[in-house]
Amino acid sequence: MRLAGKGLIDRSQPVTFTFDGTTYQGFRGDTLASALLANDVRLVGRSFKYHRPRGVLTAGSEEPNGMVEIVEGNQQTPNVRATVQEVFEGLAARSQNRFPSLKFDLLGINDRLSPFLSAGFYYKTFMWPRPLWEKLYEPLIRRAAGLGSLSGKHDEAQYEKAWAFCDVLVIGSGPAGLMAAWTAAQAGADVILAEEEARMGGRLVSDNLRVDGQPGVEWVDGLLAELKAMPNVRLMTRTTVTGAYDDGTFGALERVGLHRAPAPHLPRECFWRIVAGQTVLAAGALERPIAFPDNDRPGIMLASALRTYLHRYGVVPGKRVALIANNDAARATARDLMAAGVKVVAILDTRPDASVVEDCPVYMNAQITGTAGRLGLTSLTCRHAGGTATLEVDTLAVSGGWNPTVHLTCHMNGRPLWREDIAAFVPAPDAVPRLTPAGACTGTFSTAGAFRDGHEAARKALAALGRAAPEMTLPQAEDAPYAITPFWETPGVEGRQWLDFANDVTTKDVKLSAQENFRSVEHMKRYTTQGMAPDQGKNSNVGALAVLADATGRGIPQTGTTTFRPPYVPTSIAAMGAGGRGAGFAPQRFLTSDQASRDRAAPMIEAGLWYRPSYFPKPGETTWLEACNRETRMVRDSVGVADVSTLGKIDLQGKDAARFLDLVYTNTFSTLPVGRVRYGLMLREDGHVLDDGTTARLGDHRYLMTTTTAAAGLVMRHLDFVHQAFCAGWDVRFASVTEAWAQFAVAGPKAKALLATLLGDMPDLPFMGVTDVTLGKVKARLFRISFSGEEGYEIAVPTRYGEALFRDLVARAETMGGGPYGMEALNVLRIEKGFITHAEIHGRTTAFDIGMEKMVSAKKDCIGKAAAARPGMVGADRDQLVGLKATAAMGAGAHLFIPGDRVHRETDQGYITSVCYSPTLDAHLALAFLRNGRARHGEKIRVVDHLRKIDIVAEVTDPVFHDKEGVKLRA
Amino acid sequence: MRLTCPLCGERDRREFYYYGSEDYLNRPAPDAPPQAWDDHLHNRDNPAGVTRDLWYHDMGCSSWLVVTRNTVTHEIHAVELVADRKGGAA
Amino acid sequence: MRYSGLQVIKEGLFGNKGWKPAWRDPAPKAEYDAIIIGGGGHGLSTAYYLAKNHGLTNIAVLEKGYLGSGNIGRNTTIVRANYFLPGNSEFYSHSMKLWEGLEIDLNYNVMHSQRGLINLFHSDGQRDAFVRRGNSMINQGDDAILLDREGVREMLPYLDFEQTRFPIYGGLYHPRGGTARHDAVAWGYARGADRRGVDLIQNCEVTGIDIQNGKVVGVQTTRGAIKAKKVGIVVAGRSSQVAAMAGMRLPIESHILQAFVTEGLKPVIDHVVSFGMGHFYISQSDKGGLVFGGDLDFYASYASRGNLPMVEHVMEAGMTLMPMIGRAKVLRSWGGIMDMSPDGSPIIDKTHVDGLFLDCGWNYGGFKAVPASGFCMAHLMATGESHPVAARFKLNRFATGHILDEEGTGSQHNLH
Repeated sequence: MRLAGKGLIDRSQPVTFTFDGTTYQGFRGDTLASALLANDVRLVGRSFKYHRPRGVLTAGSEEPNGMVEIVEGNQQTPNVRATVQEVFEGLAARSQNRFPSLKFDLLGINDRLSPFLSAGFYYKTFMWPRPLWEKLYEPLIRRAAGLGSLSGKHDEAQYEKAWAFCDVLVIGSGPAGLMAAWTAAQAGADVILAEEEARMGGRLVSDNLRVDGQPGVEWVDGLLAELKAMPNVRLMTRTTVTGAYDDGTFGALERVGLHRAPAPHLPRECFWRIVAGQTVLAAGALERPIAFPDNDRPGIMLASALRTYLHRYGVVPGKRVALIANNDAARATARDLMAAGVKVVAILDTRPDASVVEDCPVYMNAQITGTAGRLGLTSLTCRHAGGTATLEVDTLAVSGGWNPTVHLTCHMNGRPLWREDIAAFVPAPDAVPRLTPAGACTGTFSTAGAFRDGHEAARKALAALGRAAPEMTLPQAEDAPYAITPFWETPGVEGRQWLDFANDVTTKDVKLSAQENFRSVEHMKRYTTQGMAPDQGKNSNVGALAVLADATGRGIPQTGTTTFRPPYVPTSIAAMGAGGRGAGFAPQRFLTSDQASRDRAAPMIEAGLWYRPSYFPKPGETTWLEACNRETRMVRDSVGVADVSTLGKIDLQGKDAARFLDLVYTNTFSTLPVGRVRYGLMLREDGHVLDDGTTARLGDHRYLMTTTTAAAGLVMRHLDFVHQAFCAGWDVRFASVTEAWAQFAVAGPKAKALLATLLGDMPDLPFMGVTDVTLGKVKARLFRISFSGEEGYEIAVPTRYGEALFRDLVARAETMGGGPYGMEALNVLRIEKGFITHAEIHGRTTAFDIGMEKMVSAKKDCIGKAAAARPGMVGADRDQLVGLKATAAMGAGAHLFIPGDRVHRETDQGYITSVCYSPTLDAHLALAFLRNGRARHGEKIRVVDHLRKIDIVAEVTDPVFHDKEGVKLRA
Repeated sequence: MRLTCPLCGERDRREFYYYGSEDYLNRPAPDAPPQAWDDHLHNRDNPAGVTRDLWYHDMGCSSWLVVTRNTVTHEIHAVELVADRKGGAA
Repeated sequence: MRYSGLQVIKEGLFGNKGWKPAWRDPAPKAEYDAIIIGGGGHGLSTAYYLAKNHGLTNIAVLEKGYLGSGNIGRNTTIVRANYFLPGNSEFYSHSMKLWEGLEIDLNYNVMHSQRGLINLFHSDGQRDAFVRRGNSMINQGDDAILLDREGVREMLPYLDFEQTRFPIYGGLYHPRGGTARHDAVAWGYARGADRRGVDLIQNCEVTGIDIQNGKVVGVQTTRGAIKAKKVGIVVAGRSSQVAAMAGMRLPIESHILQAFVTEGLKPVIDHVVSFGMGHFYISQSDKGGLVFGGDLDFYASYASRGNLPMVEHVMEAGMTLMPMIGRAKVLRSWGGIMDMSPDGSPIIDKTHVDGLFLDCGWNYGGFKAVPASGFCMAHLMATGESHPVAARFKLNRFATGHILDEEGTGSQHNLH
């Protein structure tokens, strides 16, 4: 019911929304919960396990019951707190975890079966017969469990991530937070004030409080106007700080667009990384319920929530209200409701000696022994100092006291401390470095106390930042003491008393867990699921551990708490993963020839972060293999052009460059003449092969190293390490020039002729030679190296000329019967020649395995040499690189067996790393690792690929199939 | 987590690559006994407390760094350049 | 007492007042035949199999916190046998067989769910590596099926097949892979060990290992000295500290691994799915939460908590692979302390001290290994010989170069 003249909603802006298909009206400024309550809708959900009818309990993000699905077209968002979701025109919400309807839910039967569904019952049954678990029991459990549902469709909406930096981050904008922000702002510090709710002010705007004689709301608005005007202050509403991380870093979720109809370019949420020099945590406190029989009916709400609905939204959820509380503070609910003209039937105070000042019946020593009302509260029974009573009420306000919101102070393993006087946990000192808690989250519950606390916390932060704090007079406000006598559960009554509403955990479950010796608080939590629901025990953990402490005979401090961990409020994967969707997951690197390749319809495939052409289809070719075979033959017979710019290129200079290369390569580079290129093998320090490639000597003190595409970054980091760690004093400097040069392989018998047409004056370059050339006015480099086994060159130009050169080379090649070739043909050419890639040097192979142990120079040390000499790294037991030749296709990943042997791990002889069909040899070839393989050339070996259903016999050969003597290379 | 690179200043952890214990800096002589190499490559104090380990400013200046920090609290005590360390350069 | 559906009904009818403690809380005796340091999954299963397979019941498990307080209760619950190197292959295969009889064996429902695991691949090279793995699995007697893109689409239609940065080429399907309820595994082994007479001693931290003339004679604890001629160290992320009490320096570095769970959702992911181009793996618990994780935070840590860079990376991987989970909200994140070895494979071995045994180096694959780890550690402690399926998990294999490196990333602890 909406009260006239009350609340901070904008009555000039009515809003129409739907819940379970029914249309309702609210106002701008309403949450879904306040708007539903204004429309007298009390039943909003069903509980997790027993499917009990549930209504709104709270007015904040800690809501355990009021969770709904928000529907937008064919997309939906599950588990949205009705207490957080603001209404907007067209908002469509529906209840969840019920079938067929909210009012009639078939699984409500679970509530009747509850004696058999006690804590941990599922560990004791469903074991037999074994196959029924996956077939029957588990599917039934899965279907019954869960809350809301995802649509199953891609989330196409926009999300953002952002960084923010400040001197002082203030978390929470109640009296403590506002005062902290105001103090820090006046000192000139960069301040971020983050508030979870749409409106700043905390209890100042949710309670009937006065500050300096002014209504709290007006005072807040005045201060906010001043803060807003300051350039060093950033006010962030709808922003929940979700986690405290190291070195002043916080995660925060801003609900950017969730309170409005979706619009183009409007992100739903933004996940912030806030880096703060100092932080004031002014997160407030959360009121907690009391356990009594059937304390979970719609209409039973927290006392402070009733005040919030009254003062902020002008809503009262019923006509006849009772209050049960164990503290003085909650009396405000009764007073405020009466002042608003609502009938308060009685105040039930659990304390024997509470005051009686309110103008309504007040029962002392009161306890609720039962409630009634299937879909909403209709009455309650109680006992009290004067006897028993049955009260006809539709609303019950409950206050079991307040829990300081200590969560963020626990994110870095801080354990909160129990304070007996307030019967609550407070933050441990210095639990998070550079963070000072203030106000209600430290157990300071009065408004004046919060102002003082916030101010002091800011002063402390400013001092740490080396800033002077401003002199200021704190505003006047109530400073009432917080009088509480703990009351957790109702003794000696029948019926179930709920602790964790969301997970349906009752006091019986906690006691059963203690009975079964799950007495540690962590065991209790995990056995009963207490505190594991969407509210993460915000409403129930302290009550539950009080019950456990009682059941085990330990005190609450000895019982301890479970751990609060990020995020403080559930945070969408989409927000924290913003930007990762689709291609956003990783950078894309494109060759200079990319467009030219695409122009020729080459399928571009991922090679690390790069995209490289797979093959260049010709008209009439229907499979990749046809194109691949043609391109392979083309290189062998005439000339092919391939972009090889993805290979890492590192320019090394200095007097000690040669010495440095001798250290990082197994073989020697100091002896390499200027103008020559050498193949090098690089090991990790643990003796396995790191990478291979060619390095050219460009001058006495200058080398150009190439790495494989895959290991370019790895090698650069490795070189930096070796240099800085072991020889920082040496005169050698190096830089990655991978992206500075575009480099193209020109390979085949006509390679030289092609280059001659380009260069005019073709230098007579020996195999493994390098020289500078000019293309017009462009300085270029020409290498005579080959990864194909043919006479081959690589020509490199500054990147900006890459595309032009590629197009030119291809055009020239085509006039000679050649053309471009892609990764597929490149792979065939190298397999035919027995050249290795990272398919072979996969991190577990040694120089010995690939037949290059002779390349590990005996005359000098190198990285990895000592470890490579370990007994397990060499010898006949090792799988050694061989070639395989067969008349049928083999599969990479197939395993090798001696023909006639049983196929089993124990008889396994090795495995295949690379395969191809060789058009050159008209045979199927493979590179493989075979146990003691070098001694077994000529043997027959069985190739078994279960997954591809291949089982054939192949011949073991030398890994070099084509031009073993290298005649063509050197032609 | 934020590290203060001696060359670049305070940066978020995501700019850095982590390698491992500073043991990797103490490379034995080529002919050192196998135990020395085993200790260098594999065996670790692995303290629950203050440790010194190696980080690389991958997305910054490419410096290798020795970071003195606490593995329990994640507190950072010092960040030094590997290349600057005494007796380190051959 | 025996657990059964009938018992649940019987107790339910009488107010569940009859349930007995799942285990006793004995005071430590002065001496045991054997002591297991560490009451996590591996320690509890070691005790269970020492009692069950080897008849050793005068033994104690010493746990510094509560039973199952370590990684057994903070992992992503994946059970699989999909390794390819000899040594790992037979070990995890053995573990899978133990999993498949675990409920009946323990009389405890650990909810082992063989819902199938799919490892996606995103390039020809990855496919070939997975084929090698799958063939190893079949050669070992386990199961593997190669799925092409359409095969994956049929099983996991919700993946983003159109827009991902790294297109899905196919997947390696391991039908027997799946999940289990992690805490229940600890509790089931604890209850089973207790029922066979093993003393499970909680809140008992080992502070020293007593060694005389090269032989172990007992341990010092916060609850007094306890004698034993055999002591097993089974403490995962804390291995280095406990081993140091015996003068050992282990090839272990402790690292943080974060994991995540969302709020409960109606069934939407029916398998375990693993992304091949960024560490990301996900399943949905029976309670409805999406349980997922990624890679280590990558720096050595004992903090049991991580930082945002890896959190964000994991979420980004989820969004590129299956953007339908975008609106699921992460409810909780946590961190475990992983005992990372230099080759990613574990150690179950004797030590230089007579009677002192070591079980560690589980990297972040320890959960699925719990049954076989305990089985083999018990065998080693009882017989003094390595069990054949754990014969390659030697402590000195790094010194000798008999490396078991499935990832091929080399002797860098955090890369496995």
